Amino acid sequence: MSSLLNFMTGLSLALIVLVLISVRRAHIRVEYSVSWLGAAVTLLVLSRFRWLLEKLAGALGIADPPLALLLVVGCVFLLVLFRISIVVSELKDANIALAQRVAILEFHLRALDEKAPTPR
Amino acid sequence: MKTAAGADSLLILVPAFNEEEAVGRVVHEVREVVPDVPILVVDDCSWDGTAAVGRAAGADVMTLPHHLGLGGAVQAGYRLAFELGYQYVIRVDGDGQHDPAGLPDILAALKTSGCEMVIGSRFLGGRSYPTGLVRGLGIRIFRLVLRPILGQRVWDPTSGFVGVTRAALEVFSRSFPLEYPEIEALVVLQRRAFRFREVPCRFRPRLAGRSTITALKSMYYILHVLLGVFVNVLKYEGRRRRKRP
Repeated sequence: MSSLLNFMTGLSLALIVLVLISVRRAHIRVEYSVSWLGAAVTLLVLSRFRWLLEKLAGALGIADPPLALLLVVGCVFLLVLFRISIVVSELKDANIALAQRVAILEFHLRALDEKAPTPR
Repeated sequence: MKTAAGADSLLILVPAFNEEEAVGRVVHEVREVVPDVPILVVDDCSWDGTAAVGRAAGADVMTLPHHLGLGGAVQAGYRLAFELGYQYVIRVDGDGQHDPAGLPDILAALKTSGCEMVIGSRFLGGRSYPTGLVRGLGIRIFRLVLRPILGQRVWDPTSGFVGVTRAALEVFSRSFPLEYPEIEALVVLQRRAFRFREVPCRFRPRLAGRSTITALKSMYYILHVLLGVFVNVLKYEGRRRRKRP
């Protein structure tokens, strides 16, 4: 069990470092880093405080604490992925509206160009 | 294309994606049936000469900056038509499957029936039209599902040969399904208490090229549209409930 918890600790620390580096290099926006940092900190806390993990496993009715940890990991990342799906959907809607607006404006510009007298 | 004038202004909307072999003939055929009506080809970022062929045939062409799919292309056309003040818009697909001879019937029904949408139907009154096995099955499923939702029978729910009034244009310019839009569009209108009717129209095989819709895609299409229909029902019912005092 302890090796699994150590692995989870390492994984969460690596995730925190990766997210912070990505934010610093502007590869990921701060508002979207919060979900990942939250997920990583949750993992870190559960993997380091064994009594907390055992309490959680008891509350969930799971006899094996590592199994509870894996369940929590799965749920946390599912939530993060769901949030990303919402963001992607909003971006797609905005992108479609923008593309349509650009096409309409280009259409009007072309019509104006065709009406304008040719420069001498 | 100029700003629409008059209470009867009509625009023919031709969505097209890689249809350089067919779109020119479509524009000429439409022009023969309705000579003085502006034709707008919405080029969904084709990589062939669709836009050039459409312009050469005498249509106005609006090119999208990237590929949006059929619903995105049609909605772009609806948005432009609404902003220019058109009263009626009839969609004729750029692959030539819709026989423009049906345009006067659709326009007449739009003007006289009081309906906000008129569908050119292949199957009205039990007429037959060859479709693939899966597609035909899908159409039957959609008829069954849509009847209680729409409160009336619809013979050809997947037809894209559709005319709309300005009232529907206003709705669609704001909210229009992006993939496989025909069926969901019916539900969107129904939720706003708009009406539709069908008129018999002749459909033809594509003038050129081949459809990209395979049997597998047809099955995906059925599932996607069914989900879209139920989402639309839930979405607008929810809004109605919230509006109640």
